[in-house]
Amino acid sequence: MQLIINGETHADLKANMSVFDLLAHLSLPKAKIAVERNKEIVPKSSYATVVLQDGDVLEIITFIGGG
Amino acid sequence: MSNSKICPECGHVFRGNGWDGIDAHWRSKHEDIMPYEKAWPLLKDDKYQAHMDDTLIIAGREFSSRLIIGTGKYKTYQQNADALAASGAQMVTVAVRRVNLTNPDEPLLVDFIDPKKTVYLPNTAGCFTGEDAVRTLRLAREAGGWDLVKLEVLSDPKHLYPDMEETLRAAKLLIADGFEVMVYCSDDPVFARKLEDLGCAAIMPLGAPIGSGLGIQNPVNIRLIVEQTSVPVIVDAGVGTASDAAIAMELGCDGVLMNTAIAEAKDPTLMARAMQHAVKAGRQAYLAGRMPRKKYADPSSPLAGLI
Repeated sequence: MQLIINGETHADLKANMSVFDLLAHLSLPKAKIAVERNKEIVPKSSYATVVLQDGDVLEIITFIGGG
Repeated sequence: MSNSKICPECGHVFRGNGWDGIDAHWRSKHEDIMPYEKAWPLLKDDKYQAHMDDTLIIAGREFSSRLIIGTGKYKTYQQNADALAASGAQMVTVAVRRVNLTNPDEPLLVDFIDPKKTVYLPNTAGCFTGEDAVRTLRLAREAGGWDLVKLEVLSDPKHLYPDMEETLRAAKLLIADGFEVMVYCSDDPVFARKLEDLGCAAIMPLGAPIGSGLGIQNPVNIRLIVEQTSVPVIVDAGVGTASDAAIAMELGCDGVLMNTAIAEAKDPTLMARAMQHAVKAGRQAYLAGRMPRKKYADPSSPLAGLI
């Protein structure tokens, strides 16, 4: 399946991945990040149960230095 | 019932109903520390100890440091962490941005500044509408799990002045969503009042444009805002050097928030330490009450008894 993550297209991803699977695939630390799926926040508690669909638009954010 | 009130000065326990008897107790034992009329409003709101320690209270959280620093523009996160330690600040502003997918191993702010030890204040820098700000801070809340946030809705990149119409709208949305909002705003007492009335946790007027280092440009407005506001007033933006921070505090501000003044100093760690001293010195000068300004000289040595 294909996802748009942080504005970039990621093709050829395994179908039926959960958010948890995707974060592992991207080697992202689960602490101190947040995931938005099609403009809706995915709570950390449901990373394992939310299954991504082809064409989903994801934003994954963290904290960086700022004023 | 174990809700007996305890005298914060001597530990005397009031076994009756609430504070019954505090009046006579205070007047006979502690009147010299603070007159009862002044102490009572603090005692009944449980703010006496914080007042005596001169702590800063924002949305129920207590801070012994009145300096808040940013985490932008440093050469490295390590330099940032060193400056934080030297500043004594207990709260840092942070930005919310997309993770770097191409290099997941790049250093993370949280590896250098521990959010368990230092309060992270996520900001909405870069947001130009209320909706952007709300979306950003909802994500920040999910990532970090805290609801104390810094709202800034900017307008023109040339001056980075806050768009106050959008700021008011965003503040309303965020407060309705359960956030504690520390709000970056213009130094206009009318807007400051509106933001306080909405329920903002701190009013944070600019001293000068963000990153300009020009110092407090409009001390009259800052003082007017301080006088009318019952939540903390924190000068946010514009401080260039230590004296600017001291001036903000001497005007009666409850704290100062700065980023560039430290990050772009030649020696950020030393400037961070200077800012710690400046904020403390300004605070103490404000509490001490400055001498009146006079038009002419007044000799410090007595003229009587001259030989």
